Amino acid sequence: MANRNEQGVWEHVPSPFCGIGSDDLKIRVSGSRIEVLENGDAVTREAFEQPLGETRPMISGKPVSLEEAVERAAAVLAEAELPLLAGLATDVAGMRAALSLADRLGAVVDNMNSRAAMRNILVLQDSGWMTTTLAEVKNRADLLLVVGTDVESLFPRFFQRHIWVDGMFVEAADREVVYLGKAPSGYASVSPDGRKPTVLACEDRDLPAVVSMLRLLVNDRPVGVDSVGGIEIQALKELAGRLKSANYGVIAWAAGALEWEHAELTVQITCEMIKDLNQRTRCSGLPLGGREGDQTATQVCGWQTGYPVRVRFSRGIPEYDPYLNATERLLEEGEVDALLWLSAYNSSRLPPRVGVPTVVLGRGGMNFDQPPEVYIPVGVPGIDHAGHTYRTDNVVAVRLFKLRDSGLPSSAQVLEAIERAVRAKLSS
Amino acid sequence: MGSELKIINGRVYDPINDIDGEIRDVCIRDGKIVESVADDAKVIDAAGKVVMPGGVDMHCHIAGHKVNLARKFQPEDHRHDVQPRVGALRSGTGGTVPSTFTTGYRYATLGYTTAMEAAVPPMGARHTLEELHDTPVVDKGFYLLLANNVCLNQLLEQGRHAEFRDAVAWWLNKSKAYAIKLVNPGGDEPWKGRKNSNVHDLDQPISGFDLTPRKIIKALIDVSNDLGLPHPAHIHCNNLGHSGNYATTLETMKTADGRRAHITHIQFHSYGGEVGKNPTSAARQIVDYINEHPNISADVGQVMFGKATIMTADAPLTWLLRNMSKDKWINADTECESGCGIIPFSYQEHVYTHAIQWAIGLELFLLSKDPWRMVLSTDHPNGGSFENYPRLIRLLMDKPFRDEQAKRANPKAIANTSLLDIDREFTMREIVIVTRAGPARLLGLENKGHLGVGADADITIYDEMEDKEAMFNAARYVIKGGELFIDNHEFRFDHEGSVYHVSPSYNPEIERVLKPFFEDYYSVQFENYPVSDHYIARGVTVPTGQSQP
Ligand SMILES: [Zn+2]
Repeated sequence: MANRNEQGVWEHVPSPFCGIGSDDLKIRVSGSRIEVLENGDAVTREAFEQPLGETRPMISGKPVSLEEAVERAAAVLAEAELPLLAGLATDVAGMRAALSLADRLGAVVDNMNSRAAMRNILVLQDSGWMTTTLAEVKNRADLLLVVGTDVESLFPRFFQRHIWVDGMFVEAADREVVYLGKAPSGYASVSPDGRKPTVLACEDRDLPAVVSMLRLLVNDRPVGVDSVGGIEIQALKELAGRLKSANYGVIAWAAGALEWEHAELTVQITCEMIKDLNQRTRCSGLPLGGREGDQTATQVCGWQTGYPVRVRFSRGIPEYDPYLNATERLLEEGEVDALLWLSAYNSSRLPPRVGVPTVVLGRGGMNFDQPPEVYIPVGVPGIDHAGHTYRTDNVVAVRLFKLRDSGLPSSAQVLEAIERAVRAKLSS
Repeated sequence: MGSELKIINGRVYDPINDIDGEIRDVCIRDGKIVESVADDAKVIDAAGKVVMPGGVDMHCHIAGHKVNLARKFQPEDHRHDVQPRVGALRSGTGGTVPSTFTTGYRYATLGYTTAMEAAVPPMGARHTLEELHDTPVVDKGFYLLLANNVCLNQLLEQGRHAEFRDAVAWWLNKSKAYAIKLVNPGGDEPWKGRKNSNVHDLDQPISGFDLTPRKIIKALIDVSNDLGLPHPAHIHCNNLGHSGNYATTLETMKTADGRRAHITHIQFHSYGGEVGKNPTSAARQIVDYINEHPNISADVGQVMFGKATIMTADAPLTWLLRNMSKDKWINADTECESGCGIIPFSYQEHVYTHAIQWAIGLELFLLSKDPWRMVLSTDHPNGGSFENYPRLIRLLMDKPFRDEQAKRANPKAIANTSLLDIDREFTMREIVIVTRAGPARLLGLENKGHLGVGADADITIYDEMEDKEAMFNAARYVIKGGELFIDNHEFRFDHEGSVYHVSPSYNPEIERVLKPFFEDYYSVQFENYPVSDHYIARGVTVPTGQSQP
């Protein structure tokens, strides 16, 4: 486990921010100030090092005690006909508490990243997929194909930690990287021996056609055109050949980067192509995500309700609907009359601007245009309190540590207090 | 806690203590069975009812990343079967892979109070414990997948047996596991290493290693006995589901060489016939061997007609099944520690293979001479949900019912078994053995599966009924840890249940061997890998005993 030496320096610290579970950070804590000394990157440094910010709970922008804030939050939620608990960027304990509260209130739950996550979940539920995890990538992948995603801007250390290292069955020098769609923004995907990735660039809008074409070519189907989306068929043919001759190909994408209508269909074609490839060799998908606790939210929701996200408890049972229970739709249609927004990792993820009473449980330092009815600053899992979170590949639960004493409550503590107050109101 | 309870007038079945349907009292204090209680203890009048220990499911899949994937994968599995929020109980969903709360409540409804999750890769231990934390009522634990572990394979192929033993003990400790699990030993490498193949023979070399499945099986059977684990190596044999695989199963049992070993869901491993052709029944050959070899135990892994979810660490098996059904399918390679395949499934009476699987499972129960070593499971949800147990009990206790069911199934399949010729009907005592006393004994849980003084007060009380399916479908009373959880069919309170795990000793020097391996090949730091006590709110460390012969 992470340990602290005498100078207030912690080693082996896991990052709850990076999605790929980097757990080798070296961090200095002085008072409430945090400094990433080693193994930081643009994502983790910014997230760890931001100042503590406001720690006092507020009602309509005026500081109040935690008890008063909890009491008002409970009143807002208990009085609502159909409250929405959204955002839900927290750790396992926080998500458990959110679901317990939702079950009691008869609320709807949805996650801040679920618009992106649905692009994967719909595919999982419709046709299934073949996936792999980060240690398998590190030890086996001899070909990495990146689809529609600039990996390094979202996951800066992905290549360093999992590709440009020697694995058990493959060495860094034998790995190849190919980009399809978006080109990489930097040099993370250039191998230590200077090999640049193959880039078959196209516009996002053409990527569905390009991926479909690649699948046809993988299956040796005849095609009647010379290029698609500006990419030569010959280049795609070569890529299909490389996928077929790789021992353990890995196709990665971040659903959050696939910003077009019905991008789930592109994910599905990719996943079906992976199954096709497995008739002859091995190939696996690697959906990249896990930031802002989104995997954590779907995991806990999955085991407690059977459904990953977008679940409604208003009839006393969990009911799942990927469209009807979406945050944006519920708010636009005016179907919910109170909102609880939870964002424990990222102070810039503000609640959607809506005309219903809003309770915010957020990381300190949130700047609101208009103060919500209730704002309760909560601790960051992995900085202000211990906790558990899930990595992008879903299998690995990462234990997070308390690094400083900020006095901030965890989201679970606040949600449990709100539930106690709600219970008192509902039974009186 | 501290409450006293007395059950009077019930017909008590407690095979471990040789009590077979006597009318007698059972007294409870502080969560344990005691000799007597004070006169003002709360009394349950069990007249016209049977009293027995709570059920013990020694092989099911109820928690962990594979289970949760299977849940999220199949919304259609849950929609038709909901668990409403009632009183203090949480809402949830059922189907073949129920949500965690619902899993606990439904086990309790059937009178089960202990359930062991049967397949967890070490890297998935935390996740499994998170889910078990949210699985109420039942006591639980999990088995650790170690038969496709690259690091262990390397120690074994280099003949470093002492280090192999220490590494296994280290892994059990650091994962908070209960037992060692083998799934398709040696089969991961041929699957992941390009060839999409599998191992089919115990003496076939495993690609990438100077090893065979037999060497892995032998080594893990030896270690579990040497460490004195309460439960021996829990083995899912090679060639699951293939015609003719009974030979592999016999070879696996012989590999134990007289030492204790448990063969799981043995029904799936008892097929005659030729590879690629329809299976025949080899139940007789398997049972004969087990009858004569007291070192071997098994759970049946009965299939039940209707819906199931295949979820297994035997990934190449689901690849094979999927290529037949073309249905939706998940494959998940897992951290160089394991693999996993999931497909929705349905066992149909008219399908030859499904009907013969069903009949072979029943043959195994009915031909076995020792119910203590051939216990009940459906490999939930692989052979069907645990919610089928009452029906399975009726099939065992009620010959006319069984024959009537058999006549609805594929006649050619049934004719290829001896099922219709078997007249045996299980007695109540035998049912209590295969569902409670037997699994508890095989697990080495000395305080479970019986009602003697000092036992855990995990007790079920059923109305005595002619229709055994109806009888076992809903316990009238369930007492868990001395507290009345179900009172006259009503849930009274929530109960967390405990997590059982082992902590065998090992030479700490082994970390010098493991740490460099982690630094080279793992995706987490060695320091962050062990599961800390935070993951277990209520843990019970079961002592490891003397090394077993
Ligand atoms: Zn199983």
